[in-house]
Amino acid sequence: MSTATTSVAGGRPARVRRSASRHSLTRGSSLGLGVALIWFSLLVLIPLCAVIATAGENGWGTFSDALTNRQTLNALKLTVLSSLGVTAVNIVMGTIIAWVLVRDRFPGKGLIDLVIDIPFAMPTIVAGLVLLSLYGPESPLGVEVNNTRKAVFLALAFVTVPFVVRTVQPVLEEMETDVEDAAASLGASRATTFRRIILPTLAPAIFAGATLSFARAISEYGSLVLLSGNLPNRTEVASVRVYSAIEGGNQQSAAAVATILLLVALVAIVVFDLIQRRLARRG
Amino acid sequence: MASSQSTMVGAGNPVLKWLLRLLVVGYLFLLVAWPSGYIVRRTFEDGTQSFLDALSDPDVTHALKLSVTVALVAVLINLVFGVGMSLLLVRFEFPGKRVLSALIDLPMAISPIVVGLALILVYNGRYGWFGPTLEDAGLQVVFAKPGMIMATAFVALPLVIREVVPVLEDMGDEQEQAANSLGANAWQTFWRITLPGIKWAVVYGVVLSLARSLGEFGAVKVVAGNVSGETTTAPVLVQQKYQNFEQGTAYAVAFVLVAVAVVALIVVALLRPSEHKTARARVGAGKEPS
Repeated sequence: MSTATTSVAGGRPARVRRSASRHSLTRGSSLGLGVALIWFSLLVLIPLCAVIATAGENGWGTFSDALTNRQTLNALKLTVLSSLGVTAVNIVMGTIIAWVLVRDRFPGKGLIDLVIDIPFAMPTIVAGLVLLSLYGPESPLGVEVNNTRKAVFLALAFVTVPFVVRTVQPVLEEMETDVEDAAASLGASRATTFRRIILPTLAPAIFAGATLSFARAISEYGSLVLLSGNLPNRTEVASVRVYSAIEGGNQQSAAAVATILLLVALVAIVVFDLIQRRLARRG
Repeated sequence: MASSQSTMVGAGNPVLKWLLRLLVVGYLFLLVAWPSGYIVRRTFEDGTQSFLDALSDPDVTHALKLSVTVALVAVLINLVFGVGMSLLLVRFEFPGKRVLSALIDLPMAISPIVVGLALILVYNGRYGWFGPTLEDAGLQVVFAKPGMIMATAFVALPLVIREVVPVLEDMGDEQEQAANSLGANAWQTFWRITLPGIKWAVVYGVVLSLARSLGEFGAVKVVAGNVSGETTTAPVLVQQKYQNFEQGTAYAVAFVLVAVAVVALIVVALLRPSEHKTARARVGAGKEPS
């Protein structure tokens, strides 16, 4: 597989001429595209179709069973509500962090830049363990949140820290300050400048980050395993529900909950995109 | 130092500035930095010797070795696929390109558990779509290394592409065309012109993929099953040891994983400025954007 795909990069030797340049596929590159598509289908597309097909095998029955199961419904509700809450926190905190990183200057700023990426690089199970050691039963702070809904919120907030920061930061870096200066010199207050100039420019980036952070939060599993206790109807999230269905050999209801999760992610992407457009238009 | 920024909004009000700084530092310290640092204390509270003893446990060495093997193969696959796919997406036109480019980001939005479920529904030896056929041909995917590699490759799939595509777009193809017109074949053009241009993006993508792959938990756990420790990777071992009240071992393995992740981040942080500089230099040289 890997040797075949290498030729994608090179294309087929000797035949490529300028006239055949980049707008249409050459023979070598179409071979490469074919191999890449087969691999992508085998790895991603066919398996995802299998999830949806398995969920839909008995028509709507499997879905209505999943949605009328109280434990599943509670898990979905907890997942979506916590993810929305965490995303709201990220929209505010992420934008502020990006602002401080770009516009402020103080010693140790580089360290903050590094710390923001830690949740992205840290294995999720370790993230759970790490939070448990500080906010768990042996907490040196006396804050004990494990096995509560606060733990779910904490874990989700931890793993989603980088998203909004990393999408807003580059936009803020590119932004010229002279428009802000002009607004200020024309008598606009700082709040007005922020609302009318800065926010509309940042809105697309903020909501792109929010979408990523929401999608990550509703699908989180690893960091919750040790921290949330997975108590049915209380701290059990949707991914844990899918896992226990797989373990119990009930692939169909696992697939149904998984499909609902995919749908929620899709709806979220559309809704966040609509909000972002509206905000960007209100310049 | 800060006085040079006086024209910027927000710098005019020192109270607001300090409030924001305090908020950011406090939030990140309590949420990320302190917990991540605290694990070092937990790992070494019984001394270095117990840390080393924990790491020489045969379960631990086996799990670490397995994790490294699986991660390396998955990263290699994603490297070749990622660079090839990026070139196709940026340099060529073909029907369905936009859909494909949207689909490639899909793995980022899917729960690792759903990734695992998706793979076992297709490759399980008993009821999977392709599983029984593959098993008859002698290839066991689920509950074995191939499945674990696939699960890892799935979750880390977009990372290389996301790094390489913007750099390729930024680079343009004038130099490649010049090389072509001077008689270089596609292979030479790739090795001598394209690859040097995207080198740092590729390295960055590989480091990120490696960190992600070593730490993958949910997807691998579903696909690997419980084959008596044979298929236990390091992250799965962290959970098992912790729940078996062998917390010392759990913290030791977790510490190794965190150390690898942090080293990966530092490598990336050191690489990133050079990448920025070249990007700026290119913009400075008067190259038209897009």
